[in-house]
Amino acid sequence: MKILRYLIIGIIFGITLAKAEVISWYRIYEMFRFQSFHMYGIIGSAIALGIVFVQLIRRFKLNSVDGNPIQIYPKQRSVSRYLYGGIIFGLGWAMTGACPGPMFILLGNGVSVILVVIAAALLGTYTYGLLRNKLPH
Amino acid sequence: MKEAIDFISQPWPWYVAGPVIALVMFSLLLLGNNFGLSANLRSMCAILGAGKHCEFFDFNWRAQAWNLVFAAGLIIGGYIAHAFLTPSGGVNISSQTIADLQQLGIEDPGKSLVPENLFSWQSLATVRGFIMLVAGGFLIGFGTRYAGGCTSGHAISGLSDLQLPSLIAVIGFFIGGLLVTYLVLPFLLTI
Repeated sequence: MKILRYLIIGIIFGITLAKAEVISWYRIYEMFRFQSFHMYGIIGSAIALGIVFVQLIRRFKLNSVDGNPIQIYPKQRSVSRYLYGGIIFGLGWAMTGACPGPMFILLGNGVSVILVVIAAALLGTYTYGLLRNKLPH
Repeated sequence: MKEAIDFISQPWPWYVAGPVIALVMFSLLLLGNNFGLSANLRSMCAILGAGKHCEFFDFNWRAQAWNLVFAAGLIIGGYIAHAFLTPSGGVNISSQTIADLQQLGIEDPGKSLVPENLFSWQSLATVRGFIMLVAGGFLIGFGTRYAGGCTSGHAISGLSDLQLPSLIAVIGFFIGGLLVTYLVLPFLLTI
């Protein structure tokens, strides 16, 4: 039954990104052309409130529902992997107008060809796994 | 009830969507998890058996099963929005964006969620459609795992925690996105 909570949060997130048009290829194109504040407003306000939440967790040493302290792990130190990996992801993001969350929401919206994008993304992840030891990290 | 549904059926402004996204991240933290969606792609590779010949996929994906359930929720949420909450179906992009896309040969920009002649099974058989959907998807999967996160993991979770690696990743997202938008799409959309 615990697992149902994640389903409900996912449904809320899916409805939100669909109704705010974040899953639209057009909105991503518009964002990269700097022709609207919409996407910047969404990401910016999410981060601003997110900073407040993370500070509250730290300040009050909040526990999660299972009673353990909430841990937010620091990401490993590196420039190359975030820069190269980030650029590669950005290329795909602007082409498909979707990132890993919106891909699934678009599927629910009936854009069935997005299954191909998801399959290609799985292939990309698999290829990364194979080449991982040869890439600068 | 009908009024409530009519109310949420309107397009949501940024100042509603942004805070809801932050609340989603906060609820996942309260449940003892970190918000990020690209990890799902790694789990799915593991489920499909990639762990047998690649140690990167040889991990206990069941510990991250919650994230797959979350993704299933996204599909259902998308369906609910599409089937019950969308009176018009159009996207309110700026008139400048519409004009620019018309110049690139896109018909009726913003009329539906995605450009219909690009996001179709027929389009997949064209060079343009194949590059946008297959190469685009591949780059998403490769890049997110290489960078250790996507928009949810880095832009929202990482920046909310003021982590420098996430800032570098987000700068990378924009370098890649701008390259495609200004250099690749004008070429790709007109072939």
